[in-house]
Amino acid sequence: MSKLFTRRRFLIGGTLGASALTLSGCDLLDQNANVANVLRSAEDLTMKAQRLLQGRDALAREFDEKDISPSFRVNGTSAPDGDEYVELAEGNFSAWRLKIDGLVERPREFSLADLKALPARTQITRHDCVEGWSAIGKWTGVPLASLLQLTGLKPTARYVVLHCADELEKTLDGSGRYYESIDLVDAFHPQTILAYQMNGQDLSVGHGAPLRLRVERQLGYKQAKYIMRIELVDSFSGLWGGNGGYWEDRGYEWYAGI
Amino acid sequence: MSANASNDNVQYPRTIFIRRHSVVTRLTHWLNVLCLSFLLLSGLQIFNAHPELYWGHYGANGDPAVLTIGSDDDAGLPSGFLRVAGLQIPTTGVLGVSNVDGEPTARAFPSWATIPSFQDLAAGRRWHFFFAWLFVINGILYLGFSLLSGHFRRDLAPKLHELSPRHLGREVLDHARLRFPEGEEARHYNALQKLTYLAVIVVLLPLMVLTGLTMSPGVDAALPSLVDIFGGRQSARTIHFITASALVIFVIVHVAMVILSGPWNNIRSMITGRYAIQEKGPKS
Repeated sequence: MSKLFTRRRFLIGGTLGASALTLSGCDLLDQNANVANVLRSAEDLTMKAQRLLQGRDALAREFDEKDISPSFRVNGTSAPDGDEYVELAEGNFSAWRLKIDGLVERPREFSLADLKALPARTQITRHDCVEGWSAIGKWTGVPLASLLQLTGLKPTARYVVLHCADELEKTLDGSGRYYESIDLVDAFHPQTILAYQMNGQDLSVGHGAPLRLRVERQLGYKQAKYIMRIELVDSFSGLWGGNGGYWEDRGYEWYAGI
Repeated sequence: MSANASNDNVQYPRTIFIRRHSVVTRLTHWLNVLCLSFLLLSGLQIFNAHPELYWGHYGANGDPAVLTIGSDDDAGLPSGFLRVAGLQIPTTGVLGVSNVDGEPTARAFPSWATIPSFQDLAAGRRWHFFFAWLFVINGILYLGFSLLSGHFRRDLAPKLHELSPRHLGREVLDHARLRFPEGEEARHYNALQKLTYLAVIVVLLPLMVLTGLTMSPGVDAALPSLVDIFGGRQSARTIHFITASALVIFVIVHVAMVILSGPWNNIRSMITGRYAIQEKGPKS
């Protein structure tokens, strides 16, 4: 009987303890660095599992014209307000140049006309926001792979960093500037393009004019808008928060395949 | 058992203990409780980032929604609502608008129902995917064990006669009157239990995983047929939500049944494996 009694007390205590832990303790656990690291370990597992399933070149689904969303939500920045960008936009981006530098053999600059003269790819794909919504749009642009073939890569290059014109958070040190990065598997994926057109029109300012990334097997925050410069790096340590992207520095996963 | 039966001095009725649940069933059950609790609460956090559900491949603000949890601001007096299939239900205080630090605040699910309690999608996702992996590994262990050990065949597969409308009808009536099996009959799950557990194990839980995976652009590239099965990423998201709701209802009924049919005996059997049954007389 006494054994049962202690067991009862154990059960009651355990249940109460567990619910108290989940109700108030989660916020504390959430801020604990060790817990955060354990939780983050799942990201690595997710990426390895998805890469194993996908292989290098599995394509994201491409839809028909009739599947295109009637409206495509503008998310993040809707119009960068930096002087440099405003001036470029006023000149219809004729003075805009895409710089590609860092760990490349031949750093280069491309005008919008240069990019449009290169062989293009058009794809109708689904854009999945991390928040949960989706929209389908038609994108036309230059495969990132063909630009990287023009510049060549140094053997130590591991990531492609996209530096953007928009500042999503106003800061004194510039750490609120949008940037993103992908690895070389995604950079050389056939559907990874630098898009200058959406739904048959030049990219609007809301959707990232003059140039945005499409990396179709990942979520919306990887699809960097307002690209100004592409830098090849061997690690993220020199970049702002060191996590490889604006949202990554604010707690989101670098690998955004889910 | 036969040794006892031959003992004439035993007095009936008496309580005997049987081994109800194997150690694998018990361990995976409690790990499942842990995983599903975290998955539900972090899932509600993720839902709060875009508290609207759609059908088909795409869906965002402005597209027709099948479910919306939202808020209106009537001259500084916020009110919350749930809108399902055109029907709008006021839900101020719980859904749409609820108190955060004493202030009525616009958020779909209230802070007591989300992990973390404050709005943080990135953190919610970390909790969700960590426990999703644990849940999947736990589920694979359970399924593998249950198939190999005969747990499915022996304990969960209903016998043919249990599926007759007469038998099922009687069980439904017995449950409604809160009359639960006793003695020899209590050694096994009844047919309603078997059918419910099977529905959860082979339908609802796998559906959670598959619809969850269908929301992943990475998985969709690898397994495009998943998208076809559910009719699109947004349909999958809606089915994920409906299935989660079905699981919440299952847990409520399951816990109610545990309490009504002898809570200590049931909970002990799921912790130590030992389950007490009353023997009315010697086995013939």
